Amino acid sequence: MTSLNRFPFASSAAELLVALRKGDITSEDLVTAALAQIQTYDRHVGAFLSIRGEKALDEAREIDRRRTQGDKLGPLAGLPVAVKDNLCTQGEPTTCASRMLANFIPPYDATVVARLKAADAIIIGKTNLDEFAMGGSTETSAFQKTRNPWDLERIPGGSSGGAAACVAARMVPLSVGSDTGGSIRQPAALCGVTGLKPTYGRVSRFGLVAFASSLDQIGPLAQTVEDCALLLEVLAGHDSRDATSINRPVPPYRELLLQQPEKVRIGYVPEMLSDGISPDVVRTMEEAIDVFRSLGAAIQEVSLPHARYAVATYYIIACSEASSNLARYDGVHYGYRTDEKAMLAELAEERRRLQQEGNLAALEDLDTALVRLYRKTRAEGFGAEVKRRIMLGTYALSAGYYDAYYLKALKVRRLIRQDYDRAFETVDMILGPVTPGPAFRIGEKINDPLAMYLFDLFTVSANLAGIPALAFPAGLSAEGLPIGLQLQGPPLSEERLLQVGHMFQRVTDWHRRRPPLIENNGPLS
Amino acid sequence: MNTSDTPYRIVIGLEVHVQLLTESKLFCGCSTKFGAPPNTQTCPVCIGMPGVLPVMNRKALELAVKTGLALNCEIARFSKWDRKNYYYPDLPKGYQISQYDLPICRGGYLEIPTENGEETRRIGIIRVHLEEDAGKSMHDEKAGRADSRIDLNRAGTPLLEIVTKPDLRSPTEAKTFLTELKLLLNYLEVSDCNMQEGSLRVDANINLHIPTGDGKYVATPIVEVKNMNSFRAVERALTYEAQRQYEAFLETGHKLGDVPKQTRGWDEDAQITRPQRSKEESSDYRYFPEPDLVPVTITEEELERIRATLGELPAEIRRRLQATYRITAYDSDVIVNQGRAFVDYYCSLAEGCGDGKMAANWAQQDVLRTLNERQWTIAQFPVSADNLAELLRKVRAGELDTAKARMVFAEMVERRCSAADAIQRLGIVQVDEGELRRLCEELIATNPRVVAEVKAGKDKAIGSLVGQAKKRNPNVNPARVKEICLELIQGQS
Repeated sequence: MTSLNRFPFASSAAELLVALRKGDITSEDLVTAALAQIQTYDRHVGAFLSIRGEKALDEAREIDRRRTQGDKLGPLAGLPVAVKDNLCTQGEPTTCASRMLANFIPPYDATVVARLKAADAIIIGKTNLDEFAMGGSTETSAFQKTRNPWDLERIPGGSSGGAAACVAARMVPLSVGSDTGGSIRQPAALCGVTGLKPTYGRVSRFGLVAFASSLDQIGPLAQTVEDCALLLEVLAGHDSRDATSINRPVPPYRELLLQQPEKVRIGYVPEMLSDGISPDVVRTMEEAIDVFRSLGAAIQEVSLPHARYAVATYYIIACSEASSNLARYDGVHYGYRTDEKAMLAELAEERRRLQQEGNLAALEDLDTALVRLYRKTRAEGFGAEVKRRIMLGTYALSAGYYDAYYLKALKVRRLIRQDYDRAFETVDMILGPVTPGPAFRIGEKINDPLAMYLFDLFTVSANLAGIPALAFPAGLSAEGLPIGLQLQGPPLSEERLLQVGHMFQRVTDWHRRRPPLIENNGPLS
Repeated sequence: MNTSDTPYRIVIGLEVHVQLLTESKLFCGCSTKFGAPPNTQTCPVCIGMPGVLPVMNRKALELAVKTGLALNCEIARFSKWDRKNYYYPDLPKGYQISQYDLPICRGGYLEIPTENGEETRRIGIIRVHLEEDAGKSMHDEKAGRADSRIDLNRAGTPLLEIVTKPDLRSPTEAKTFLTELKLLLNYLEVSDCNMQEGSLRVDANINLHIPTGDGKYVATPIVEVKNMNSFRAVERALTYEAQRQYEAFLETGHKLGDVPKQTRGWDEDAQITRPQRSKEESSDYRYFPEPDLVPVTITEEELERIRATLGELPAEIRRRLQATYRITAYDSDVIVNQGRAFVDYYCSLAEGCGDGKMAANWAQQDVLRTLNERQWTIAQFPVSADNLAELLRKVRAGELDTAKARMVFAEMVERRCSAADAIQRLGIVQVDEGELRRLCEELIATNPRVVAEVKAGKDKAIGSLVGQAKKRNPNVNPARVKEICLELIQGQS
């Protein structure tokens, strides 16, 4: 066995595809190695909620057989891919890391899952996330914590924490996540991997369990920009099942990386590097600006005056939509349902007690069995963060508050979009931090929702504006934790963002750095 | 009930839901056919599974626009979808996709016949919007065990909600409006408006204006009446409710605004309205724009294309029939109520026989009776308008009397043949004029007493001669016999 065989995911997906095509390695080798790496490290990292083991191996062998036969294979043929567990996989569990869907098995594939299958990728398993993608640390998962491979005491970020951690721990070369307010970019930054949130509508949302429909977008995570381009090419495209999907041809992103972008104008927002930002992040920004300048980019200051309202705006809109999107989990049709016998007994007992007390008013107000079924099902099925957001959203949409919150938020959202439009008149893209600091400790912010929300301040704007943003590793903190930066561009500028990101990775090696956990254990024997 | 009979004025507005005649549901490809086994016409989209997305059925939009145009509404070039949030087991997503502040149609009217039949009245339409239907809950409470089942076949079926202004002034007028609306929607082929199958549902808002004697009036609290399962039930429920409100006002003096709006359900068995639980009405639906769908735009070209499919509508047809064929409002009403195919049949018949009134009589009496007896539609009717016109021309020419024509008609229906064939089969022979005249001369000669009576001014006596003529030769035309005899008798003096 070659060294590539024994420790394949030191290589990028692009390199592995070449090796597969040349016959240096088989898909079975790759899947075996992925499963071995998962077995070694995932008990520490906890990136996966389900692993397809034998099924993945069977599929890999089938790809190998077809390859030997000389069949035409898809663009990702034989490559293991991890899928976030809020993407529906036909006949296989899709839990959203929630008790509510612990036993849910969708009878359909998400469009992106169908596309991965059509591209002959091997789905290796489903990755952990914050419950219903609500969170920035993957701590709100109902099932397990995911730990940052760079420091197991720290969070991997979220909500696509599992998706980023499994790439960082070199368990898979490619991973699919979703980004509603930073959920791809933030964990990518904190785990030292590359991740792209595409333009809203670029990738079909069909089969992505909705958190906030107007903000959700599916995207790739990988070690390199090139691999993200490779994966995006498969994920992107119009889908008649998603009315919000964009009907425009998908450019050959990876091929276009070879083209040297013309003189690029990169903007940055100086205010973003002021108070509350870790010095490590500021230094990383300064160094990256120098790198881009050395590559011939023109760097200039831009202003996004409404960015300071982005977090408030985001949480009102996201929670409002979530309160409605999650109404379907009521215990009636599918998913978790409270123990009905116990519920009815409890209700009967309450009625008896109220009758004894002669409390007619309370008796009149007593839940019907149906209402109690809803209440208990949702109280037991959802975790605290999900409930908090449902309540916030319900409040924001309520009669009397709608104008002050939801409608106001929609107006600010428009202003934020206009800020970007104006900025993109003078620059091609905007470089900025992804997070105010490196990964925080597990438990550090979980009881302080506001602090957790404020950690999103740099990522939510792209979702509100619907624009693409590419997060990539750009440095390490003093403690040796990854720090990522992001490039945000106008709608459908993925191609340019990827080109510029690729340019950066050709002259830096931050994306090649591996977590000490893996480095110290060395290649698998 | 006539408003002038009562010491108050009734004010009624209706909210009508009609199911659209689309092949598939509003946001997925499932069939909308009625009567399939429960939950067999469903898919992940219409049962609201995680991650699925709605995609608008453009056909439903077209039918909504068509209806709006027929109701003289303004059609929004830009409208959008909203979510109406509430929990109910037959609403699988926990929200209904509807239209809130930008409905597809606004501000129209429907012209309805008034009680005197000659004039029409315009009932204002506030808005018409599209939304998806919920499923159906079936409660089985046999043997003391509450057992609820849910059928989601209907979930996602396109519904049109039509909201009228409070322009209706009596329960009868409300019923007339519904009848006219149903007729219009049938003509448009937008909905079959079958109340039994739930493809038309009506809620009514009603209150009273009670004169206070000084030229002013006091309004009673508005009540929403639900659960009315036929147009007759609507009429009865509103009649009951008006009287109930009047009595309640006399008793309590409650005016509009004194108490919260009440919802009452019509109890068909007891023939009364009953209050529905107040908990069920105090909902905050938290409407907000549906983020899974893009706004709906309608281009001028699309609008014109849809307008071209409208065809002639009932009110216009009534006017045309009255003007062209000189028939009464009542006759035109009966004909138009049978639907477009029947109108076409009538028009061909009237043109073919050259007498609109005669055609109207035959269409309404003979044709319609046969259709009803045999449960046929006009399309199944075996006698073509041309064939029937041929028969009526013979009647007009005096070749057949009405009684014989009816026999011929029956034969034509039975044998599916032409008038001439039927006449031949029945052995009806046209009696030659000379022969007829000879027969009459003979009768006059042999019946001097009758002749004397006629001469004395008793015209009726001539009937005896007609009767004898028919006995001698059943093929004679009695009217012609009468004419000839009179002529001969008058010639004698």
